[in-house]
This record gives sequence, structure tokens and C-alpha cells, in this order.
Amino acid sequence: MTVALSGKEVAGKIEEKFPGSVVESGPDNLVVKVDSLLDIARFLKEADGLEFNYLNFVTAVDYYDHFAVAYRLSSLKHNHSLTVKARCYDRENPALPSVTGLWQGADFQEREIYDLFGIRFEGHPNLKRIFLWEGFEGHPLRKDFI
Amino acid sequence: MMIVDFIATGQGHFQAIPPDWPGGFWWHWLFFTVVVIGFVLTMVMGVIYIERRGMGRMQSRLGPNRTGPFGLLQPVADAVKVLLKENIVPAAADKLVHWLAPVVAFAPALMIFAVIPFSNGALLADLNIGILYIVAISSVSTVGVFMAGWGSSNKYSLLGAMRNVAAVVSYEIPLVLAIVGVVLIAGSLSMNQIVVAQNIPFILLQPLGFLLFFAAGCAEINRSPFDLMEADSEIVAGFHTEYSGMKFAMFYLVEYAEAVAISAIICTLFLGGWKGPLLPPWLWFIIKVMLVFFAMVWTRTTLPRIRIDQLMAFAWKFLFPMAIINLFITALQVLAGWPTQLMWAMIIVNFAVTAFMVLIWSRFFFRLGWGRIEV
Amino acid sequence: MAVRTEPFVLNMGPVHPSTHGVFRMRVTLDGEVVVDIEPVFGYLHRGIEKLAEQRTYAGIIPLTDRLDYISSMNNNFAYCLAVEKLAGIKVPERAEYIRVIISELQRIAALLIAVGAFLNDCGAFFTPFLYMFRERERIVDLFEMVSGQRLTYNYLRAGGVSQDLPEEFLPALRKFMDMMPRFMDEYDRLLQQNEILIARAKGVGILPAEQAINCSISGPVLRASGVKWDIRKDDPYSIYDRFDFDVPTQPAGDCYDRYRQRVEEMRQSLRIIEQAMKQIPSGPVRAEVPHLIHPPVGEAYGRIECPKGELGFYLVSDNSIAPYRCHIRPPSLINLTALRDMVRGWKVADLIIIFGSIDITVGEIDR
Repeated sequence: MTVALSGKEVAGKIEEKFPGSVVESGPDNLVVKVDSLLDIARFLKEADGLEFNYLNFVTAVDYYDHFAVAYRLSSLKHNHSLTVKARCYDRENPALPSVTGLWQGADFQEREIYDLFGIRFEGHPNLKRIFLWEGFEGHPLRKDFI
Repeated sequence: MMIVDFIATGQGHFQAIPPDWPGGFWWHWLFFTVVVIGFVLTMVMGVIYIERRGMGRMQSRLGPNRTGPFGLLQPVADAVKVLLKENIVPAAADKLVHWLAPVVAFAPALMIFAVIPFSNGALLADLNIGILYIVAISSVSTVGVFMAGWGSSNKYSLLGAMRNVAAVVSYEIPLVLAIVGVVLIAGSLSMNQIVVAQNIPFILLQPLGFLLFFAAGCAEINRSPFDLMEADSEIVAGFHTEYSGMKFAMFYLVEYAEAVAISAIICTLFLGGWKGPLLPPWLWFIIKVMLVFFAMVWTRTTLPRIRIDQLMAFAWKFLFPMAIINLFITALQVLAGWPTQLMWAMIIVNFAVTAFMVLIWSRFFFRLGWGRIEV
Repeated sequence: MAVRTEPFVLNMGPVHPSTHGVFRMRVTLDGEVVVDIEPVFGYLHRGIEKLAEQRTYAGIIPLTDRLDYISSMNNNFAYCLAVEKLAGIKVPERAEYIRVIISELQRIAALLIAVGAFLNDCGAFFTPFLYMFRERERIVDLFEMVSGQRLTYNYLRAGGVSQDLPEEFLPALRKFMDMMPRFMDEYDRLLQQNEILIARAKGVGILPAEQAINCSISGPVLRASGVKWDIRKDDPYSIYDRFDFDVPTQPAGDCYDRYRQRVEEMRQSLRIIEQAMKQIPSGPVRAEVPHLIHPPVGEAYGRIECPKGELGFYLVSDNSIAPYRCHIRPPSLINLTALRDMVRGWKVADLIIIFGSIDITVGEIDR
């Protein structure tokens, strides 16, 4: 059975290493600061006892005032999982660091988010629209699209 | 009448040019040209029907069964359909080459039948170098295929054409070496003489040669498992991707005409041609051609396709050494006079050699999966 | 003498016999050798995630049918799991068993297509494909019995299934179960030792285990690389913890192993169905669920092991009758992540079979 790790517990570990990087933590969620996302992701992937080596999915949710980008991570070794979120407040030109360097599985999914939400992933090797054509106006999965 | 006797019974003595025909050579020429064209066209329709129904049967489905009794008219309906289709030439195509390619490919396929005996002496031209003529002519089709691939200015077509040229060049060698074994035993290059020499079908004297010829022949005419040149799952339709309408029909015709030609050659060289008891010779000939073609359909439905480097390796590392060994053994046997005096010993020895060689070679010297050659 | 060659770009697809739908690859070739590829998606993009935001929770189920249209039941299943998790719905016992039976049958049907299409890509001219279809047809007949449909079933509901099994279903299933192992043996006899298949597929397109995990590969492709990870076993959903079955893995991670893996998985699915048929209780098949579900504010991720990998639905609720956000984790899309690394340096023919061995459905990639 995959154990869903408590966000609070993991937040404690992260705070030890990167103080002030966790925005919010509850039993099932963990919101981190955009600036330290990449460091935290690396920590989560490599730290003993966590070792989240498998990225289940990346997706984004549009909450009008911000975009929440959710990373669902699992560890095939310890069989536990965690959802990490990052919030992006800029609506005009939202940007996040790309995690493709850590989990290659994020490749197409980040492109998809870029295509449908307009969130840029800095450091992505091939950030192009994936489903829609170049020049398509707007980003369909945003709540204000139509 | 003499002509009818001649064709129907196969009796009558073999002669290079039957001078006793009314009008002599020209009548003969005209008659057999018509016969050859008619034969090729009807046989192509027949084998297409056999292929589609046979494949349907093997793939647990019915196959075409709506047009005419048992779907017999399906090839006719297909032909009419395909002839009425629009002729589309790609804008970037080399128009002249694109237009000429089907003709260049079709003519040699038809010309092969000039030297194939339908009955004793019943053939358009009994060349004394008949088999050499076939080997020479059949390669010309490749030029047509390459013209099609190049002229279409389509990358799939080009890939298919390249593969075809590579394959034909390689497979010609084992093909010819397998023929030489037969020629040694028969002592003649004339197709008619080879059949006449077959007191028993040469497949019994040349089992290894038959297998080599069958494999190489399949590769020459793009039959599965060597159908890489038009491998539909890889390069769509290979060289005829960009063809439509009548030109496509020509290529379709070439494909099956070549299949019939290879079947006819196999049947002439190895299966005793028109020879057979009870039934008239021409019927025996057609039955044998159909049987060989059926074997090709069988392999097509059964085997996956091999890769281009494996295709090359198979020709050079398996077929080629086998053909050399077969030729060597046959030459020794002919030198010792076995084909005439010790026929039964030769049959037993050659079957044993075939089984031994195929097993040993495929076990210790060549596996399809071994190594990759960069081409 | 070195021959000067020049790479050229070949557009494989969107209309191509073996791209399994409208999928395009920009392939850079050096002769026959693949230098680089770039998958291009989007030819079948229907905006299912956006549509889902305007529909009620029940109204999304038909949409999920159209994701991976050759395993619709599994898509229904994953979605219903997510909704049940979100709204806290308890599913009756009998419905759970029906779901497991249906889902495993669907897995066999989808894997049959996967194996058949793979062999078709290898160049076996439709024979294995049609043999596989012969058995799939029987499964589809069974599905027609329960749902009235043959492709998009729309059978599962949040809180159960839409209707109970008809009386004749279990005897018909029994008949199928008695036949199927024989057919499986037949496939093995026909294919397992086929020299050409081995020559073509063994050692081709190797996906190492570390890379498979790093690329978020899931399902048979992951297990063929030697990673023992099956959600049915490692994170049992529904009632999978009650069944005794193995998670087969293969050592090498090449195309042949992926083919073998799928065949082995079909056998395990048969084992599960066999047990479920014995244990199935009687009772209601649908919990009391209102027509318009108002789940509490929150989010849920329901995932199942579908024939292609981990299929998940990530639902965010704002307590309205429609999900605020419905994200689909498409195994087909994510499994393609490693395609580029797998095919570089191989030949065109290998590209086709490597691509075929990953087994994708474009309906799920593009959504």
C-alpha cells in the first residue's frame, strides 16, 4: 500500500535544510516557494528516507489569483507518495523552474502545462506548444479562456 | 490442327523454330505473344484471388466473397476501380521518370514469360540461353523500381527503392548459383531442355538449391518475409507510395506478374515444368505455378518481416555460402555421373546434405539476430 | 573511402500505417539510421480536460471512454475511483467484484491489441493481429452483454456499476475462461520461438530500469525493464488485495521483453478473473449516490493500473456539481518520454517496432 506522507512531516525536514521555503503545509498538501522549488525537488529526490524517484504527474490548476502547479511524487523504493505544490501569482508571464533535469518524465507534461496554461518552465530543453499550434491565441485551460 | 495438338498434348518433337506452321515464324510469334499476355493477365487475377482468399482463410476471416460466385470477380472489380482512379503526380516529381517507371518495371516482368515452356516446345522463343536471359531480364525491373522511387520525390519511395536495389544486387548471386546446380545436371541453359531433362523433378536432386532459390526468389520480388521494399508498416508502400490510378495498377500487376514468373521459373527448374501424368501439360504447369505461389502466400501470412541489415546478412552469410557448397557438391556428383547412374543415391545424399547443412549452418554459423551490419 | 552522407528529415505520420492513430514523428535519418526524432502531438486534441470542467461528475464518464478507446472500462474505473475518493462514496461488494472482472477482461482485450499491433509492426501481415481480434471479439461480446456497447461502454458509475450483470454473463464468462488459456498457449506456440521475431525484437530498444523510472514510465513497459511495480499490488485499489496473483517482470527491457511481459500479464489477469468469479457475492451493485454529486472542497487522485500503465484522474472540487479541474495522467503520453533515447542509433524498422512495443493510443495522448 502506498503511504501518503503527511505534508507537515516532510515540511519539517525541508525547513531544516531550507529555512523559510515552505509556504503552507497540511496533512495532504505541501506548498513551497517558487524560488526554492528546484532545490527542494532535488532534496526530495535524493534525501535518505524520502527518495522520491518517480514523478507521477505534474499539472496546474487555475485559481484566478494564482496558478497552483502540483507535482505528485512517489518513491518506488519506500512506496510512499507526496503532493508538492508551487504557486505562481503572475498572470501575465508566469514562470517556474523546470524539473526535467531531475525527472525526465516531466518533459511532455511541462510542455502541456505551457501550452494549456501558459506557464513557462525555465530550463526546459524544448519548451514548445505540444497540442496546439504555434500562434494559437490564449491558453485553453485557464479559467478566463472563453 | 497442329497448333492445338502441340499445345494440348505436349507431344511432338522439340524444335527451336517450328517451321511447319502456316506463315512460319511470324505466326508463332504472334500466337505466343497473345498467349503470354493473356496468360500473365489471367494468372495475375487468379493469384490475386488465391492470395486474398488464402490469406483470409489463414487469418480466420473470409476474404472477398461478394463479387461474383465465391468472389471470383473481385480482381476484375479491383482492376476496374483502380483504372478509373484519378492519376495524381506529385508537384515535385520528376514527371518523365515518374511516368516511365511503371513501363520499365512492367516490360521485363512480361518478357520473362517468353522463354517459359507451357508445354513441350510451346514457348515464344526457345533460346538456348533461356535461363541466362531470365536472369538478365528480371534484374531490369529494378531499374523501373528505382526510377519510381527517385521520380516520386518522396522519402518513403526513395527508401523503398534503395532497399530494393540493395536487396536485388545481393540476392541475385545466390539465385544464380542455385540455378547453376540445375543447369549442371540438365546440361543445358534452355528452359525447355531443362524440363525435358527432368525424368524426376529436380527438387529431389537439388533440395538445397530449391530452398535457396525459393528464398532468394522471394527476396527478389519483395515477397514476405523479405518485403522490406514496400514494408507497409515502415515505409508506407515503398516505391509506389506516390502512384495512383493506372500507374499504380501497373505496379500492382508487376508485383504479381513477377510472383507468377518466379513461381513459373521454380516450377520449370525444380518441379518438372509441364510434366505430369493424366492431365494435359499446360494444366500441370498452371497447377504447379499455383502451388508454388501458394507457398509464397503461406510464408507471407506466417512470418514477420526481417530488417534491412538482416536481409543483407542472410544473403551473404547464409544463402551465399550454402549456394557455393551446393554447387560444389552438385559438380562433384555430376562429375561422378550420379544424375544418370546413381540417381537414388544422389537423392538420399542431397537430402541428407541439405538437412545437415541447414541445421549446422543455422546453429553455428549464422543466426538472424547475430550482429548488426551498418548499411 | 568514407562516403559523404547527409541526414534528411522524414515526416512519419500523422497518416501512417503504424503510428497507431494520428501521431506524427519528425524523424531525422542518416540513410536507414535514426539520428533524432521529435514526436508531434495534438492531431486528436479534443480538450477533454476543459470539457470536464463544464460537466457534472456523472457526465464526465462518457468522456473518459474516449480517452484510450481500446480500454474504456479501465478509464471509467480510474475516474470513478477518483470521484469516490473525492466524495467519500462506499461501493457495494458485488459492484467491486464486477469492476474487477470487467477491468481485467478489458486489460486482456487491450493487451491482445497491443501484442497484435506490435507483431503487425514487425511485419507479420495481419495474421497475429486478426488472431488476437478473434479472442478480443469474445470479450467485446461479453461487454455488449453487460453494457450494450462494443467500444465505448460507459458502464461504471461513481458508487458502483450502471446495472447488474445479466444472468447469462457468468456462464458465458466461464466458457471464455475455459477457452482462453488454450488460445494463449496457441500464441506462445506460434510466436515465442519465432526466429524472425526474436531476431527483430531481442536486444532492440533497450530501456534501462533507472531511465524508465526517471522518465515516469509505467505499466508493462516499466515492468519489462525489470522494475517490479504494479499498482494493483503495491497500492491496491478496489479489492485487488484479495486476489492472489504475481507481478511478472522481464530482465532486459527490450522489445521482445515488452511483448513477453504483455503475454504474461494476460495470464495473470486470467488468474484474477478466475478467483473473482468464485468469490463474487450477490447484493446491490450501486451505492445510493445522488444524481448531482457535490463533493466537499478538496482534491483527490484516483489511479489504476491500466493496460498501458498508471492511469490517474486528479480531481479538484469546489463543492459544485462539476469538477473545478480534472487532470488526466495519460500513460500513453508519458511512456513516450523515453522514445527519443530508445530509438536513436537504430534503424527505421527498429523505430517502428520500438514505438509499437510502447503501445500507445492517440486518444489518450491528445485528450
